[in-house]
Amino acid sequence: MKLLVPVKRVIDYNVKPRVKADGTGVDLANVKMSMNPFDEIAVEEAIRLKEKGVATEIVVVSIGPAKAQETLRTALAMGADRAILVQTDDNVEPLAVAKILTKIAAEEQPGMVILGKQAIDDDSNQTGQMLAALLGWAQGTFASKVEVEGEAVSVTREVDGGLETVRLKLPAIVTTDLRLNEPRYASLPNIMKAKSKPLATKSPADYGVDIAPRLTTLQVREPSKREAGVKVGSVDELIDRLRTVGVIG
Amino acid sequence: MKTLVLVEHENGDLKDATLSAVTAAASLGEVHLLVAGDAGAAAVAEAAARIAGVGKVHLAEDASLAHQLAENVAPLAVSLMEGHDAFVAPATTTGKNIAPRVAALLDVMQISDVIAIEGEDTFVRPIYAGNAIATVKSSDAKKVLTVRATAFDKAPREGGSGTVERVSGAGDQGLSSFVGAEIAASERPELTSAKIIVSGGRALGSAEQFHQYIDPLADKLGAAVGASRAAVDAGYAPNDYQVGQTGKIVAPELYVAVGISGAIQHLAGMKDSKLIVAINKDEDAPIFQVADIGLVGDLFKLVPELTEKL
Repeated sequence: MKLLVPVKRVIDYNVKPRVKADGTGVDLANVKMSMNPFDEIAVEEAIRLKEKGVATEIVVVSIGPAKAQETLRTALAMGADRAILVQTDDNVEPLAVAKILTKIAAEEQPGMVILGKQAIDDDSNQTGQMLAALLGWAQGTFASKVEVEGEAVSVTREVDGGLETVRLKLPAIVTTDLRLNEPRYASLPNIMKAKSKPLATKSPADYGVDIAPRLTTLQVREPSKREAGVKVGSVDELIDRLRTVGVIG
Repeated sequence: MKTLVLVEHENGDLKDATLSAVTAAASLGEVHLLVAGDAGAAAVAEAAARIAGVGKVHLAEDASLAHQLAENVAPLAVSLMEGHDAFVAPATTTGKNIAPRVAALLDVMQISDVIAIEGEDTFVRPIYAGNAIATVKSSDAKKVLTVRATAFDKAPREGGSGTVERVSGAGDQGLSSFVGAEIAASERPELTSAKIIVSGGRALGSAEQFHQYIDPLADKLGAAVGASRAAVDAGYAPNDYQVGQTGKIVAPELYVAVGISGAIQHLAGMKDSKLIVAINKDEDAPIFQVADIGLVGDLFKLVPELTEKL
């Protein structure tokens, strides 16, 4: 089966984001950008399914600015077969992303779409579920284990109390949690090879999707700062302070 | 506005996260609840009707709703949304799984992990792992929100006099089925609602030492046990102990971070705790920048001493 893997270019997870002084957003100028960590896990899982002979082709998609090409090349270097860039400089909300992906899924007819469970910039955790809804497919969110068994896929999900396993009819949507796998690094020869793999560039209009945002950001501010704490010299002093505040008896 | 709140429940118990969602929904207007489940759901609906401030409780009892599979619950919620202006779910794994499916079927953008409601279309939510706080205004006719439980007080479990009304679900959509669950057994308070949390990090060194040092301290304090991602990845603690951007978001009265350096992903999950205590041997660890009380030293000496003296 063919696998579709959407990936997003986001601020690198090691960078501490800085809020712009005018309150319009987070400053992304000259900040290191990378593939969203959950999407790396999605790409890795797709490659492993191909290595097991379950998947035949891996198509990666990114919706975003021209620079999202770099993110797609990274996925190609990891082992994806071809890429689609839906290029736009506008801010595309999860609902619009899901709508574009619905159209791409209709064209590509994948057996499974594997997405990250959330992007570490907007922290929405919506796109996979929305895509499943729009396609009318089953969803296996927060996956820590994925096993394709004939016409179905068994997905072990990380839920609040522990783990839960569901069986989904294919085609289906899977969103990845951190413990699904450890993504591989792209080797230098593979990075070179990835440069010649096919990458198609499209626009949201090609898919006839209205990407006008439904949400307007009125303000982005810094979280309230915690007041500077104290360092104590001993366990006794710590206990004294806890008693004074009254959190322990 | 009429809001429909998804009730989170398990084995006949109504979960605390629902109570916070009710408080959030009450600030929007009239609160109705949706209890979806199998045979045990009727008892949950009875309990839900007693929550202070609740009007109608919609009870859908069907075998296909037993494990609250999103594929079967979402169409049910959507059918009820004709008579409601907003859908509110707690931002738990269940809520996060179902709500976006409901939102897409209604063709509206969801607002995730809401921490404050400023008006019927204006909401506040953290982005970038809690490093920025965004205020957003929705232009959608109907609102779909997930709300962060720790940001809203719990509505009292008693005092309400809602009415239970049975509704029929959309039946089994035939897309998914529940196979099984491995729920971690714990005698301790639940992490997301605990008043005190003792959390361990990579510095604990092994699963044995994690239990040997963290558990007695937690038990002495009547606390829940948490862990950093590093500790979970190293296998010292189970997945569902993880506190952070990708784990659980907690805001207890006291959070004791033991051997946790304080990466931004971890801080995103606990920096709204009322009082943070850090025990770490590295005095430059980022955790000390958010800790109210810091103790620099060897946890293997300090933690047993603390446990003994409490």
